[in-house]
Amino acid sequence: MIWVDTIVQGILLGGLYALFAAGLSLVFGIMRLVNLAHGDLIIFAAFAILLITSTFGLNPFVAALIAAPVMFVLGWALQRFVLNRVLGKDILPPLLVTFGLSVALQNGMLEAFSADSQRIPAGPLESASVDLGIVTVGWMPLLTFATAIAVIIGLNQIFYRTALGRAFRATSDDPVTASLMGIAPKGIFAIATGLAMVVVTIAALYLGMRANFDPSIGPARLIYAFEAVIIGGLGSLWGTLAGGIIIGVAQTLGAAINPEWQILAGHIAFLVVLLVRPRGLFPRAVD
Amino acid sequence: MNLVELQDVSKNFGALKVTDAVSFAVPKGQALGIIGPNGAGKSTLFNLITGNFAPDAGRVTFLGQDVTRRPAMDRVRMGVGRSFQIPQPFEGLTVYENLAVAASFGRGRSEAAVTQDCIRILEDTELLRLANTQAGALSLLDRKRLELARAMATGPELLLLDEIAGGLTEGECQALIATIKRLHAQGMTIIWIEHVLHALTAVVERLLVLDFGRVIGIGAPDAIMASKEVREIYLGIEA
Repeated sequence: MIWVDTIVQGILLGGLYALFAAGLSLVFGIMRLVNLAHGDLIIFAAFAILLITSTFGLNPFVAALIAAPVMFVLGWALQRFVLNRVLGKDILPPLLVTFGLSVALQNGMLEAFSADSQRIPAGPLESASVDLGIVTVGWMPLLTFATAIAVIIGLNQIFYRTALGRAFRATSDDPVTASLMGIAPKGIFAIATGLAMVVVTIAALYLGMRANFDPSIGPARLIYAFEAVIIGGLGSLWGTLAGGIIIGVAQTLGAAINPEWQILAGHIAFLVVLLVRPRGLFPRAVD
Repeated sequence: MNLVELQDVSKNFGALKVTDAVSFAVPKGQALGIIGPNGAGKSTLFNLITGNFAPDAGRVTFLGQDVTRRPAMDRVRMGVGRSFQIPQPFEGLTVYENLAVAASFGRGRSEAAVTQDCIRILEDTELLRLANTQAGALSLLDRKRLELARAMATGPELLLLDEIAGGLTEGECQALIATIKRLHAQGMTIIWIEHVLHALTAVVERLLVLDFGRVIGIGAPDAIMASKEVREIYLGIEA
């Protein structure tokens, strides 16, 4: 029974990693941009939610609803005024810029919020659990996983059912031809990054309620997100969820054997997948 | 009224003059064919009309407005539609989605109106049965049809066709000519670059001959084909 429990906990943890990764996957899928500041942006959004809850005494979910449009605008502006200027054939400039952004964000947050470890208070939800017969699972992990699935379904609906989604895919396919169809690729990129920041806000909400965070932990979160995206196959959102689940299960299994092995087991699982399927589990046909 | 007009337009690539003081105008509703040897600057001329290249000298007028410095995207929205010599569909999208992308943007139209337009164009270009096929999986004829359909979906006033009949069998070519003739009969203004002469002469009212970036003749197809200079340069026939 303990093994079933461990695996279920691992799958649910995978939901959190998929949330970390979905925004990264979205941006990479549309504009081939690897955002090294993604983890720090999650922490930034977590501080924003914390600030709103503590200032106005609001429920964290309501606070996230307020933070999401603000993050959308920040993401849009970041893409419009900074990242669009460095996107091109050479992949190095955007990497350097997002790396710089990561450093600046970490230090800015250190200045603004201090190095103290924080947590978004979620009240009774933090410890509530539900008995499913074989296993007992916490409401929080369950909610995280359900949210991850909802986010992926939502993003896929946007991609495949709306004019905006068609523009995303057309621009990703061939930005030059897309511009001849009347699409402004840079405008589309800005909307995509804005959307990714909304996903980042959702990830930040669950990260902040489930674990302590401080200004320095962004890069560690980025690693899990990267691994989930790469295991899944670049640009596939369901693949990203699968990647998150694989890392989550590997981590809980590792921890069950020996608590010191938790993090290492996740990274080993990542390396094994890379060894067996270098292009990930669900690679896109055209790339 | 002239829909599009070029006045002394020149374009150099380094020391090479690819477009040399080219002037011509196309009235609304007319079809103009452009012929000329490889490297005569035909495709460059299209890039100057679509705004992919900016000319080094001269003026491009579209719908009575000077568009010489307007970016390509603006001109698409104004009504310059183009098909490419080498078809460039969005391979990962379906045939329908390829059209819908072209039909949606810059004109703030409802999804229902977009769908209606796309279905009509798919019927016109005989692609309806392939609407849900991924564009990457199409045959050459269907890719060419998709190029034409996608250019139509941008809602053009002017349709630029770049060697759309090249590489097709005679039967396929006839099918494509019939489609283009139908569009032209509905009032579409067309500029068509083509090596397949009989395809051109079946549709256009005027022919323009380009050589080394210069216009060496423009007029009715019969008169152009009868001209000594054109026969020498273009057809390589000793007159």
